[in-house]
Amino acid sequence: MINKKQLKVDPIKNGTVIDHISAGKALQVADILNLKQTDNLMMIGVNLSSKKMGRKDIIKIENRALTADEVNSIALISPNATLTIIEDYQVVKKEKITLPEEIKSHIICPNPNCVTNIESVETRFAVANENPVEVQCAYCEKKYPIEDVKFRF
Amino acid sequence: MKHLVSMRDVGKEDILHLIDLAERIESGKIRPDLSGKLGALLFFEPSTRTYFSFDTAIKRLGGNTLAMTGSGSTSVKKGETLADTLMTIRQYVDFIVMRHQIEGAARFASEILDIPVINAGDGTNQHPTQAMLDLYSIYKTQGTLENLTIAMIGDLRLGRTVHSLAQALSDFNPTFYFASPRHLQMPRYIKDELQAKGVQFKEVEDIKPIIPQLDIMYVTRIQKERFAVLEDYEKVKDAYIITPDILENVKSNFKLMHPLPRVNEITTDVDRMEYAYYFPQAKNGVVMRQAIIHTLLND
Repeated sequence: MINKKQLKVDPIKNGTVIDHISAGKALQVADILNLKQTDNLMMIGVNLSSKKMGRKDIIKIENRALTADEVNSIALISPNATLTIIEDYQVVKKEKITLPEEIKSHIICPNPNCVTNIESVETRFAVANENPVEVQCAYCEKKYPIEDVKFRF
Repeated sequence: MKHLVSMRDVGKEDILHLIDLAERIESGKIRPDLSGKLGALLFFEPSTRTYFSFDTAIKRLGGNTLAMTGSGSTSVKKGETLADTLMTIRQYVDFIVMRHQIEGAARFASEILDIPVINAGDGTNQHPTQAMLDLYSIYKTQGTLENLTIAMIGDLRLGRTVHSLAQALSDFNPTFYFASPRHLQMPRYIKDELQAKGVQFKEVEDIKPIIPQLDIMYVTRIQKERFAVLEDYEKVKDAYIITPDILENVKSNFKLMHPLPRVNEITTDVDRMEYAYYFPQAKNGVVMRQAIIHTLLND
């Protein structure tokens, strides 16, 4: 008999599974990971049903490990996501990602009058609020909902 | 304290230390010596009042200043980066006072320079020496910063002075009243911060009923230059005008403050009332800036 669940999202041999992404955020996570450019096998599931979350998104990528910066950025747009490392179809590590205190260089300040958009300086953002996530620029001190910022990798 | 960039970096202890120092400087108990010290007053965005206050503060303690007002006459106009301008001027002076229209400019300066940087205003962001002189003025007139009832009136959305002051006072158990035209209300993030600290505040439209409870009324100008459309400014410019009649039932310790310049929001016949404190407030700025410079040069 065909397993209906398996039809939706296939397992991967080696790579990373980002599960429990807030529903509708998978494409934004894919942007952060620059997955449009990848040749790796990749599956993106959007609005899957979830016992815990009602609906969730999921991303599976073969042969790809995430950097700490990438994990931090995913935490900002989907604080409840989990990260699973797969080797030879086996789960070798599973962790809930956590919000970082500070994000360096990967957020572009939406304030055009901020010094980070004028001088050559690495941006620094603090997480000012966790739910909903808001970030605050260390330079112009303006606060922004995470939906309003752009990432740069 | 190495720099003074933002009130966010200034804790309750620092505030009380600076007030104590300003008091001792003003009473003549101590006289900081700035002889041989040269400060650069870099006013990329012009501000006569703040500029004069710093210039006076430094010169009256025997120091000297190197002045730049506006960016027109400098290499900034030739396309030099702010970093290069600052690094060059740094070679000549002992500390830098900087006002810039770019938000975060002072933070940036403090990170690339190894001499004290004092933020004299960065765009709509911070103006910490104004907040400190306001705190000193409140302390001088009330004998304390604790448990005061303070009304802030006027442009509470774009006026950075009231933001810094509300944040700075939030550690001293204040009760705030905010009165402003609807489009110029205190920003949500400030109200969120106050709420998180358990500070009591109320937004009111009519100021008359609250006046008898107030220790301090802090009036700000509705700034024409912050409006993109002149019509919008015309609609709100006369929303709150303080006259002697309005101040009939105030408490005996009540003081009326204003960061200046004023336009018409306090009528001139209020000036002779004992409650008018805006000119002494400007004088307090000199002493407080002396206390700040002395602290930064000696820490």
